[in-house]
Amino acid sequence: MAEITYREAIRQALREALLADERVFLMGEDIGAYGGAYAVTKGFLAEFGEERIKDTPISESVIVGSGVGAAMGGIRPVVEIMTINFSLLAIDQIVNNAAKLHYMSGGQVKVPLIIRTVSGGGNQLAASHSQSLEHWFANVPGLKVAVPASPYDAKGLLRAAFQEPNPVIFVEHSLLYGLRGEVPDGDYSVPFGQADIKRPGKDVTIITYLRMVQVALQAAQQLAEEGVEAEVVDLRTLRPLDIETPVNSVKKTNRAVVVEETWRTGGFGGEIASEIQEKAFDYLDAPVARVAGKDVSMPYARNLELMAIPNQQDIVNAVKALI
Amino acid sequence: MQARQPQQRPETLPLPKEQLMEFYTHMLLIRRFEEMAAQMYARGRIGGFLHLYIGEEAVAVGSIAALETQDYIVTHYREHGHALARSMDPNRIMAELFGKATGTSGGKGGSMHLFDASRSFLGGYAIVGGMMPIATGLGLASSYLGEDRITLCYFGDGAVNQGEFHEALNLAAIWNLPVLFFLENNGYGMGTRVDRVCAVDEIHTHANIYGIPSRKIDGMDVLTVYEATKEAVEQVRSGKGPFFLEALTYRFRGHSMADPVEYRQRAEEEQWKARDPIDAFRTKLEGWGVLTEQEREAVEGRVDDIVDEAVRFAEDSPTPPPEALAQHLYAEKE
Ligand SMILES: Cc1ncc(C[n+]2csc(CCOP(=O)(O)OP(=O)(O)O)c2C)c(N)n1
Ligand SMILES: [Mg+2]
Repeated sequence: MAEITYREAIRQALREALLADERVFLMGEDIGAYGGAYAVTKGFLAEFGEERIKDTPISESVIVGSGVGAAMGGIRPVVEIMTINFSLLAIDQIVNNAAKLHYMSGGQVKVPLIIRTVSGGGNQLAASHSQSLEHWFANVPGLKVAVPASPYDAKGLLRAAFQEPNPVIFVEHSLLYGLRGEVPDGDYSVPFGQADIKRPGKDVTIITYLRMVQVALQAAQQLAEEGVEAEVVDLRTLRPLDIETPVNSVKKTNRAVVVEETWRTGGFGGEIASEIQEKAFDYLDAPVARVAGKDVSMPYARNLELMAIPNQQDIVNAVKALI
Repeated sequence: MQARQPQQRPETLPLPKEQLMEFYTHMLLIRRFEEMAAQMYARGRIGGFLHLYIGEEAVAVGSIAALETQDYIVTHYREHGHALARSMDPNRIMAELFGKATGTSGGKGGSMHLFDASRSFLGGYAIVGGMMPIATGLGLASSYLGEDRITLCYFGDGAVNQGEFHEALNLAAIWNLPVLFFLENNGYGMGTRVDRVCAVDEIHTHANIYGIPSRKIDGMDVLTVYEATKEAVEQVRSGKGPFFLEALTYRFRGHSMADPVEYRQRAEEEQWKARDPIDAFRTKLEGWGVLTEQEREAVEGRVDDIVDEAVRFAEDSPTPPPEALAQHLYAEKE
């Protein structure tokens, strides 16, 4: 076990894959000479060369689309979309091609493609650079969506992504890159479709993913000091979705708070809340509560931005309102 | 009307007789297959969109004949012609149009999404321009793996105003990818005449901006298409990077079965129909003494049998079983 950052965990999984399989290559904007917008691929160009670490034009559609074609052609692309906001310029290739080719071809074509991207707000980057859109992709059958909340999960899920014969949207959070955590030295991976109980508790279940897992853990700590034991469930992948783990937790705690960074209206939290009321209705002692981002475009001013993103106190308040 | 005049038999034929006959047979097969598909559409056997290639047959047949079997093809939704020219099974294509389990995609792709991986035919794509990034990616794979394989990418005049067109051309150029971009300029995108929406008259010169050589050809003459594509393919295969061909052609029917074609001048249609690529080629072959009346009838009979058999096969095939609904959403791990 070593304690490493989330950035280092992702970097290690990429580097291992590059070393293990010559067909693996990376492409994206500024991943080579610049070292990656979030420095994940720093040094890779020197180590692996231009053939395998490809700087691309600022052309998101052809970055993803040529990744799809390359995957169909028998190699193993990992494409990086600098942030999830720019994935909107590639959404045609992701949704109309990557997600559908296996199905539309009656199984003749496979698209083993990893699309890495960066989600979330909190850096005062304003409305067009602070969005959390991973649940848009989770809506699409044919895609898989990983949302790691810790260095352990980041490395484990990325390793699992390399075993996938399907397109994977691998969503990292810009505020998690510096997060440190224990990662085993040896081989391991985190299978898709397995939620994780990040903290056990008996009084309430907090269900969340990506950075909000860390915020929820802080909230749970605060609640514990006040005598409330919250169980924190990290979904880890949005598609496939493991709903069993949160449902079983709610059957035990009888209360649920769903937390997400994105907008409340049409977000992923509504999906989870609905599943819980369908599958654990008789166990609920209170309505399922939701904590989500405010339904506004992200403001630049720091004080307003802080109001728009869910925080520890919001979660604590939501829990207390249920008890 | 020049094409209809009897031709002098040249000293030597431009191609071996068998190949000339194959061109003719393939073009006729596409024509008759689609005429039958139109009938089946009218009878409710085929649903959704049905885009006919009638009038453009020389383009698919001439260009695909210039490929090797390992070369990839990606194309648009008006692709029955490309699929048949690639010798995909007419039975399975018709069954796909009928939405049957025996179709090329098990009935789950339909007319706009024909695939045959065993023939490196990697799809019809229904999003205008959406196949162009895929083509660059296939080129990237071949070049990365050091394979002797090029990618032929077809698209219509409507695609050239899409961002994906320009992104794909640029990437193919900077990475020197083995991709032959093939514009089928039939003068219209749905009901919109190309000069109303494209700022450039000579569309193929778009490619030159990215340093990609280009050539405009007559898409109504199968031999011209074949010779030009052969040259282009050789250049791409030799490692010189992408090439761009623009074939001028015309669809004789509406954009799809739903289109009454109210936006074209009848005189313009007549002009193009007088250059029917199949009639023109037949006249040429007859003039050269390559196609006797007996042989012509034999070819027609064979083609009609193939088409009739395709309909019979499609009719007799089962619909996809309910369990097919969720099948092939995800590939299984090996
Ligand atoms: C991105 C996108 N926008 C609009 C459409 C609707 N549409 C289907 S075909 C077509 C015209 C395309 O014309 P062209 O590329 O010239 O091909 P042709 O039909 O002439 O073969 C349009 C607008 C579409 N399929 N995809
Ligand atoms: Mg057109």
